[in-house]
Amino acid sequence: MTSLFSKFEGLAGALGSVVAAGGRNPFAVVIEKPVSSTVGIIEGRETLLFGTNNYLGLSQSERAIKAAQAAAETCGVGTTGSRIANGTQSLHRHLERKIADFFKRRDAMVFSTGYQANLGMISALAGKDDYLILDADSHASIYDGSRLSAAQVIRFRHNSPDDLYKRLKRLDAPNSAKLIVVEGIYSMTGNVAPMAEFAAVKRETGAYLMVDEAHSFGVLGEHGRGAAEAEGVEADVDFIVGTFSKSLGTVGGYCVSDHPELELVRLNCRPYMFTASLPPEVIAATGAALEDMIAQPELRRQLMDNAAQLHAGFTKLGLNASKRVSPVIAVTLETVEQAIPMWNRLLELGVYVNLSLPPATPDSRPLLRCSVMATHTAAQIDQALAIFGQAAVECGVPLQPEAA
Amino acid sequence: MSETVESVSALIIQKLLANPKVPRDIDGNCKIMEDLAFDSLAVMNFVMEVEDSLDVSVPLDKLADIRTINDLAACIVDLKNKG
Repeated sequence: MTSLFSKFEGLAGALGSVVAAGGRNPFAVVIEKPVSSTVGIIEGRETLLFGTNNYLGLSQSERAIKAAQAAAETCGVGTTGSRIANGTQSLHRHLERKIADFFKRRDAMVFSTGYQANLGMISALAGKDDYLILDADSHASIYDGSRLSAAQVIRFRHNSPDDLYKRLKRLDAPNSAKLIVVEGIYSMTGNVAPMAEFAAVKRETGAYLMVDEAHSFGVLGEHGRGAAEAEGVEADVDFIVGTFSKSLGTVGGYCVSDHPELELVRLNCRPYMFTASLPPEVIAATGAALEDMIAQPELRRQLMDNAAQLHAGFTKLGLNASKRVSPVIAVTLETVEQAIPMWNRLLELGVYVNLSLPPATPDSRPLLRCSVMATHTAAQIDQALAIFGQAAVECGVPLQPEAA
Repeated sequence: MSETVESVSALIIQKLLANPKVPRDIDGNCKIMEDLAFDSLAVMNFVMEVEDSLDVSVPLDKLADIRTINDLAACIVDLKNKG
């Protein structure tokens, strides 16, 4: 009889060779104890955290911690139900109002995770007669949402407004609604979407536009509203989705919109309806972290300064870093045989980053993906750069410093 | 413009052979993932190239049913005829 697990044989072989090449499983790292937002204990050692997406360091926000404690004491630790049944407390509605006000939108929906926000919004909005037009490098949650929808799904070339336009024009489906889905900052590479050009295509073609600001919320734009704010095209964006688990340091997802039909989406959205809502302490901590973010715009400036410092350091070392400076900086290596020992050596020397292997990377090359925090000190960034330099030399990774 | 499964299949093979990693002895019955060792992302990216050559869009849900080069060719011819 066929084994249920025979389909995993290839994966088992691939994981076995990754572990054999580096001595540990990169996908089973345990942070034994977070010491601060920037340092954690891993394998008993103090390790600099450069791969946690905790852009503003708010996972350790005093205000959020106190809010969580107070909410747990007054409301308990769980809601035990769905948003459309017993799982909506006044805290949930209050947070939705705060998020909507922050984005200057009519209303907001709060989901239990960012993944579910994409899964839910895309599958609820796009029906079988509609078209979803996705950036080719979209996050898994966007692809999964498109599979859960019954819509026709078309990919366009990553960050290419011209290719988007061409594919929309090619459709020849005047009676179908079209929803374009892009991300503000792409999570693996740090690439930033050309939002003004995408907005122009949307206007010309009459499509709807959804932007996932998961990695750009709190990061881009004068007020931290993301890539659409940064390029002055928020009015062209029909739906902004995002997550609390990066800049706000908690967990949960959201969608904001001016379309009044958002109220009806609540009743047509399986990943919203058929799961328990966020517990009171998470909702309270998220609201407090949002207040922190609004009260400290200097965090955003520090974050971009830190990103620039790390990026310039990589370039000086001769590593192949992302072209554009953003808080996600991916160092591209040529081969998996270089990437695995280098990632392991970085961890041994005290720097944690994310190892991304093909096919989870856009161009079949491995990435050492770094995420920067506002709370990193200049000395921590210098230390991380020195360790990158040492690990690259020890692992035989070729360095090509730019000619001065 | 009247593409046939044979002509589209020939064009796909020609495009595949431009990639030096693809075996030289492929034909229309080759399975794209198994015989060519393409992962899911490589398949989607390759289909994008074929789409541009033939000015057609293949919705992702159609890819689930496609295993061989001829399957892809037949799907494209079908989409072109509907257009």
